[in-house]
Amino acid sequence: MSSQIKTDLIEINMGPQHPSTHGVLRLDVTLDGEVVVDCKPDVGYLHRGVEKLAEMRSWVQFIPITDRLDYLASMLNNAAYVGAVEKLGQIEVPERAEYIRVIMMELQRVASHLVFFGTMALDLGATTPFLYAFREREDVLDLFEMVCGGRLTYNYFRPGGVSRDLPAGFYEKCKAYIKKQREKLSEYDDLFTNNQIFIARTRDVGVISAADAINYSLSGPSLRGSGVAYDVRAADPYSIYDRFDWQVVTREIGDSLSRFLVRVDEIKQSLSIVEQALEAVPEGELKCRTLPRMKLPEGQIYYHIESARGDLGVYIVSDGGEKPYRLKWRAPSFINLGALNSMVKGWKVADVVAILGSLDVVLGEVDR
Amino acid sequence: MRGDEITLKDCFPDGLYAPTDIFGIANCKIPANALADVCQKLHFDLGFNYLADITAIDCQDRIEVVYQLTNLSSNEKIALRVDLDHETPVIDSVVSIWKGADLQEREVYDLMGVVFSGHPNLTRILLPSDWEGYPLRKDYVIPD
Repeated sequence: MSSQIKTDLIEINMGPQHPSTHGVLRLDVTLDGEVVVDCKPDVGYLHRGVEKLAEMRSWVQFIPITDRLDYLASMLNNAAYVGAVEKLGQIEVPERAEYIRVIMMELQRVASHLVFFGTMALDLGATTPFLYAFREREDVLDLFEMVCGGRLTYNYFRPGGVSRDLPAGFYEKCKAYIKKQREKLSEYDDLFTNNQIFIARTRDVGVISAADAINYSLSGPSLRGSGVAYDVRAADPYSIYDRFDWQVVTREIGDSLSRFLVRVDEIKQSLSIVEQALEAVPEGELKCRTLPRMKLPEGQIYYHIESARGDLGVYIVSDGGEKPYRLKWRAPSFINLGALNSMVKGWKVADVVAILGSLDVVLGEVDR
Repeated sequence: MRGDEITLKDCFPDGLYAPTDIFGIANCKIPANALADVCQKLHFDLGFNYLADITAIDCQDRIEVVYQLTNLSSNEKIALRVDLDHETPVIDSVVSIWKGADLQEREVYDLMGVVFSGHPNLTRILLPSDWEGYPLRKDYVIPD
């Protein structure tokens, strides 16, 4: 009898309907026993042809569609699109609107990172942190509802401002939320971040070096988890981010735990930015004369911002008309997913869940 | 030695470095056959290590592919623009230089029909594999 045991590779499907794939993502995983030898992401289940839709709508009509891309960070999608339109059209934004925008963008980042925190825990089998994170996220959604009526899709930004002013009682409620969230963060740490099981499942799991992360065009917290201090808010300041005191969060190791901790620390930074912005919001007009049939001058622009998931770019080509001639959405989730295969190779099936969770992809944005 | 320093101009074939400033980013038009060489030099000699974006525009008489590159150490940016034939757009793949180009080139192929020669797996990515046509082309007829 031969002493060698013959083994075959097996190919399994994870998804498209699988709780750990955060939406409709299918992973075609090839296994040697329990070890991953190849992992091909299959995307497109949610493809709605958003870039083509843009060519059939006026500049303003496209804003609500951006809400439906990265649906956990709609404010940031609004900001990227409207920012590009304003820069191309040289549209001025009043000071007060800039501050309100920063408050919304950073609250959105907190809400999005809270979903990440909860779902990452859930993926690894811890149910309670998910409920905690969603409980606090509810407060942020309440704030958004006060401001614009929407809880998930806001349609709040306009070229030249925002759709409505802050309502009465917003300051107090927002300040109370920041205070509460800070207290809860230390509770999260006790409950989950310092949990030995969680650390064992994520430390040194799915390591990607800084050089590889850059080569794969990773961005956002997934890139900063590998020690690369690239944050568009600092590298290419837009809006009024240069007026606030905050830090780009990085971690050196590049494992799933690093990517997790970067996001947890970013929540703290964002809360601090919101606090500073609340103190400094100037009084003033919030005039926003957006014409439904506005025209933009002929030209092109590549504009990018730091969304909750990374470098969110919008490329607009205008032929001088009422609609975009071409619009391209550089979705960070889509490009981050490109590095997944190299990160999961050699790890076990259960680790795929942890590594994918740590990349924090949103399929609405991947598939567009 | 300062005199030996490589500049942007050295990365382009003779006389081709003629950037146009578009909102603060130097945009350089290059012929398709120079792309691989220019990218190689920009990446390895000048540290343009980050490929931010690849996209294509249907200009009706031609297809224009645009690459957004960033040097993450100096935060310098450059965009490369390549005009391709409208009927048979073919260009070298840059996956061997930036692995991040993999999914992005597949997307451009899928939606705009640009063929990236040398790509390891140039298949449709967002649309089903049996889809006909390239939806972001201006002459694409939307099926009912």
